[in-house]
Amino acid sequence: MAEMIIKNGVVYDPKNGIDGEKNEICIKDGKIVENVGAGAKIVDAEGCVVMAGGVDGHTHCAGKINTGRVMSPHDMRYAPIPGLSGEEPRTKLLRPQVGYNTPNTYAIGYRYSKLGYTSIAEAAITPMMARHMHEEFEEIPILDKLGLVLMGSNWQVMQYIQDKDPEKLKAYMAWVLLAARGYGVKIVNPGGGSSWTWGKNVSGLDDKVVDFDVTPADILIGLAEANEALNLPHSIHVHCNNLGMPGNISTTLDTMKLLEKVKTKRDRQVMHVTHVQFNAYTGTSWMDFASGAPDVADYINKHDHLTFDMGQLIFGPAMTMTADGPTEYRNARMFDAKWSNYDQELEDAGGVVPLNYTSQHFAHATMWSIGLELALLVKDPWKVMFTTDNPNGGAFVNYPEGQALLMSDKKRQEVIAGFPDMTMDRISLPNIDRELGWGEIATMTRAMSAKMLGLDDKGHLGVGADADVAIYDIQPDKVDPSVEHEKVKKALSFAKYTIKGGEIVVRDGEITATPKGKVYWVNAYENGIVQAEKDRLMTDLEERFAKYYSIQLSNYMVEDAYLPRPVEIRPEVA
Amino acid sequence: MIETILISGRTIDQGATLEEKTSQAYFDAAAYCELNEGNLEALGVSVDQNVKVATAHGTVVVPAKIDKRLPDDIVFIPMGPWANAIVDPDTCGCGMPGFKGIPAKVEATTEAVLSMKELMATYKE
Amino acid sequence: MPVIKDVVCTLCGCLCDDLEVTVENNKITKVGKACKLGRAKTMGPFLHERIEKPMIRKNGELEECSYDEAITKAAEILVAAKRPMSYGWCSTSCEAIEKAVLLAEETGSLIDSTANVCHGPSALAAQEKGAPTCSLGTPKNYADLIIFWGCNPVHAHPRHQTRYSTMAKGAFTPNGKKDKKMVVVDPRNTDTAKKADLLLQLKPGTDYVLIEALRAIVNGHEDVLPDEIAGLPKAKVLEFAEMCKAAKFGVLYFGMGITQTRGRYKSGDNVSSLISDLNQITKFVMIGMRGHYNVTGFGQVAAWETGFPMAIDFSRGYPYYNPGETGTNDVLMRREVDAFITGAADPGAHFPQESIKHLFKIPAIQVDGYANPTTEFSDVVIPAAIAGVECDGTAYRMDCQPIRLKKLVETTFKSDEEILTEIIAKVRELKGAEGAKGGA
Repeated sequence: MAEMIIKNGVVYDPKNGIDGEKNEICIKDGKIVENVGAGAKIVDAEGCVVMAGGVDGHTHCAGKINTGRVMSPHDMRYAPIPGLSGEEPRTKLLRPQVGYNTPNTYAIGYRYSKLGYTSIAEAAITPMMARHMHEEFEEIPILDKLGLVLMGSNWQVMQYIQDKDPEKLKAYMAWVLLAARGYGVKIVNPGGGSSWTWGKNVSGLDDKVVDFDVTPADILIGLAEANEALNLPHSIHVHCNNLGMPGNISTTLDTMKLLEKVKTKRDRQVMHVTHVQFNAYTGTSWMDFASGAPDVADYINKHDHLTFDMGQLIFGPAMTMTADGPTEYRNARMFDAKWSNYDQELEDAGGVVPLNYTSQHFAHATMWSIGLELALLVKDPWKVMFTTDNPNGGAFVNYPEGQALLMSDKKRQEVIAGFPDMTMDRISLPNIDRELGWGEIATMTRAMSAKMLGLDDKGHLGVGADADVAIYDIQPDKVDPSVEHEKVKKALSFAKYTIKGGEIVVRDGEITATPKGKVYWVNAYENGIVQAEKDRLMTDLEERFAKYYSIQLSNYMVEDAYLPRPVEIRPEVA
Repeated sequence: MIETILISGRTIDQGATLEEKTSQAYFDAAAYCELNEGNLEALGVSVDQNVKVATAHGTVVVPAKIDKRLPDDIVFIPMGPWANAIVDPDTCGCGMPGFKGIPAKVEATTEAVLSMKELMATYKE
Repeated sequence: MPVIKDVVCTLCGCLCDDLEVTVENNKITKVGKACKLGRAKTMGPFLHERIEKPMIRKNGELEECSYDEAITKAAEILVAAKRPMSYGWCSTSCEAIEKAVLLAEETGSLIDSTANVCHGPSALAAQEKGAPTCSLGTPKNYADLIIFWGCNPVHAHPRHQTRYSTMAKGAFTPNGKKDKKMVVVDPRNTDTAKKADLLLQLKPGTDYVLIEALRAIVNGHEDVLPDEIAGLPKAKVLEFAEMCKAAKFGVLYFGMGITQTRGRYKSGDNVSSLISDLNQITKFVMIGMRGHYNVTGFGQVAAWETGFPMAIDFSRGYPYYNPGETGTNDVLMRREVDAFITGAADPGAHFPQESIKHLFKIPAIQVDGYANPTTEFSDVVIPAAIAGVECDGTAYRMDCQPIRLKKLVETTFKSDEEILTEIIAKVRELKGAEGAKGGA
């Protein structure tokens, strides 16, 4: 198959220790190889930045987003970023595109590709709804995808933890990943999703879940230990309790400390904590709330068992969508906003609420600062993933804006200068002058996210990696990102080249090809669970389905038909 | 003649014959108008005798049926071609025509009920 | 006799998936566990006539022709049209719906589903206020107060009450009906209403007023209410409100009484607000009683592919949406459409007379298993296999739960998906010959 060689690029490949070297990248049959023949297609990077294709390890792109779409017809016309938002008619090559916060599936595929991203992870899907996620995946062009399956408020999970039956829990988790064709374990407001079915919530790690004799702490430890016993590629992926509440920093730090005792055999974190910005607030109310980023960063700097992602705010309209049902109801009442809710029987909660973030409100200005503070105060970029919790903090097409801000203190100060006075003693950002370089950006947007997820062939450009490459129209020796914020933002928005599996899909910011991507999922059940445990689990599940579920067990599991191009990963059994 | 409100809607027999709309069973399921006992008496009509139902949008002849629990001011025709001959087409600027709550007049008639095909044919010009 | 278990029913929005179908010599002879509607649908091809051959109308009469001729004629009609419309696609699979959307894109058509005459206003209500809802198994396990507002499940969703609501048994409702109260709001004392613990038999067209009154009570302002509300005594409305407030988990199922009556989507909008207000006191949700088994699927597929759930206009090359302007009955009544394709739906039976008059005047294509009032005005008729019986695919239940339909028997009929794929190919061929038209 096709051979390609990328010449004259300035390569940033943090996994392989390459930090701005003029290396050639050789591609054959969709993989990075050592050498290619003389007939290889030459891609001249013209001195520009070359990285692996971006890996977005947390985005709401398939499933719940559909509720957001139906609620937001106005979003379909909204075009604040030309070429990456609003309505675009179909062309010979492309299906029509609409939207900004809740774009249609074709727009998602095309626009991520324009940004130089080549893999995305749907952040949260219940097992019962997984079929829907896979249907949307099939309509998202180009990108490789995977889904994280909600387990933190699941009746079976809580029951088996309550019963102190780790073998059954393991078997169930593995079975759920098979049933959903999911990749990893997602935990949102552990326990709270179940309490929310009665309109209640959990108040912290040691608060019992309604109807169950377990606490969020029990759920986190139970799932983390089973996750490691199953040797899953990704660690547990956690949205902490008390999201969005002043003073929640204590819950967040307690959650991080709780996981210190869990060990992993794999070369990665034992917990990924997501969109920490929303969980890093000091204070007792909105009046005295302030950035807790320094304390959180201090803890993360001193501990190596976790990674996190920012959840950066972008000013303007956003769409919140999360399994944190109680938080969404609270948001809707607080802002008098539209409110969608979804309680998924036995499995979890959910809500969708449109919000608008403004730099003129001290709370939003503080939240914006917190995201950046977290990324800049944590010293090791391998612990930090860049996200906006798309579209909760802001639409993903704003990633270049956020990434360019991390590289420019000057630009950050310009934005801060426009904040209301009430913001200033709540934030540390004015005194942080650290500016990230291309290597650190590459780490936070592809290298660490691939490692964190356990995707060995993604996020780097070493031999054997998938030939997913992004070339950005910036010559690092000629452009100072500290000063030329707009140039950096533009270059990251419209890739000079995006290459997916060895095929050029973006050229000078325009889509040139629309291959279909693969869906990664983890099968830890087949070989990973002994027959006796499978039988024991099935006996219990058959009873539960008959008594509680509204769907037959045989119709619950996602069928092969929904994954035309699957990549099935079977973890090694201990 | 009585003045009333027309409501159209689903019935189980209409639903069970959705795939055989050319059949007698569908005709029996969808072509009738339910009134309460008092209204039948007022019209001098027995069950299965024909009535003419008229709205601002058309008229239709269907056999009368009885629903003892209907209030005096409501008549019911199952959703389908006979009801739709006289429902309100106005979507009120939001897309949905007026299938329920249409002011109607009902009177006894000796006119015949049109079959489905005959009824559809009246729309040809 | 082979009995296929856990078959998914393809009639109503309950999408029951526990049917047991007996197949003998490629014929379905028995359907277990289904209600009257489901049995009729599943056995349909074996109980009564169907369209056997494609047909084209010549000199006023439908004459048999080949598939190729019918497909070609259909494509020609759509390509020649200035303002084509595609309608229906709700009693078929999501896979077929995706093709219908693609065909609409390629021909710069309008495309809409049966929600136009059903729950379209519920989508508008969700756009105004959001949709506070849940999966069908949630009330089964939790709800102690069941409200049916403007719907009659005994007739339209016969197994709903046993499987999901009034009589269903679950984790916190082990005694079924005995653990619950059931309330009906309807101007008629229907077969559902006659079993209710409380019936609010309001005057037709006063649903909005009653919802508003309930909101006033829930928000602590009952003092503003008059003695008679929506034709009901104030005491009865207060009684209803108290039941809602005292519930541990209340579910409000709503139907055409909310969407089709005076106020249209404003009623659904207000129900959404009522649910939000009630959640200040106790847990409450709302669920739309979707009529056809995959009308929800159309909304889902259309939303992820085009951004909008219904009433989509592709004439600009990108999706445009404005119910009231782009809804099927809107454009038909403005006489704006000059070609019409419908599949897996029956506008002839279910549209108002004014729309049908226009449909007789324009070239129309029907894709369906069975002859019906739509056939009367169609110029091209293409017989289709019955999804969920003769071909598989995906359908979305009324609560947006996707379930895979099974293929139960072999057939020589083409599926809607196949037919649409062929029409698309023909359209491309014709357009290739003419040069690109419109946004394609």
